[in-house]
Amino acid sequence: MSVAILQHGDYLIASIQADLTDGQVLELRDTLADRLGVHRIRGIIIDVTAMDVIDSFVARSLRSLAITTRLRGAETVIVGIQPDVAIALVQFSLNLEPLHTALDLDEGQALLDRWTTGAGRGAG
Amino acid sequence: MVVAIATDVDLVRARAEGRAQAVALGFTRTDATLIATAISEIARNIIVHAGQGRIAIRGLQEPERHGLVVVAEDDGPGIRDVEAALQDGRSGRGGFGLGLPGARRLMDEFEVVSAQDAGTTVTMTKWRVRTRLELLHARRSPGG
Repeated sequence: MSVAILQHGDYLIASIQADLTDGQVLELRDTLADRLGVHRIRGIIIDVTAMDVIDSFVARSLRSLAITTRLRGAETVIVGIQPDVAIALVQFSLNLEPLHTALDLDEGQALLDRWTTGAGRGAG
Repeated sequence: MVVAIATDVDLVRARAEGRAQAVALGFTRTDATLIATAISEIARNIIVHAGQGRIAIRGLQEPERHGLVVVAEDDGPGIRDVEAALQDGRSGRGGFGLGLPGARRLMDEFEVVSAQDAGTTVTMTKWRVRTRLELLHARRSPGG
């Protein structure tokens, strides 16, 4: 599969390496939802830097992953959306709530740290 | 170039082909992404609603502008009400119904021809105005 999934402390980092088929997108969603429970994960970071197309299907799948994750007590952050991909998403006027985004891995991790430590938990 | 569409792997091939041709025609990276995304949407529509079909992608060279034309055809059940299918949030099969209206917003020209039980043809075009430098080069070397 063209996605590398690493565990880093309480977080899972899924790094997408290439353009994914619809089937691979759904597989990623299910794999992450499963591993969330097994490893007591509190946050998921999905790095989409290598994706040069995020269409309505991918956006919807990421959104449903974020909702599933939240129902299981963790948060999801999408990092690395390319500028031209962001422009395409805006033209679609997709509603991506409750997806959180950050510029890169470091920023994504900082965001999760704020939510998952002490009083910050649950905010945002 | 015609890409046969039947599985989600073909969808990846179709958008890669669209991007490659867009770049070859001098479109910006952003426009190439918009084109690839629009192709992805209509290719998925083919798979979901008709099962299979084909997408033809070609360049159009006019004196003042270059275009990229995408023609997506299927022999599926067709769309009963094309106007309704082009409205946001409408979909014959769940989801957000963003496929057609989304693709339309990403391209410059967009036309759907369909009738019940007669398949669907979507023709969409994106244009790029040629720069003054290109026009100058073209004038100096006729046929270029």
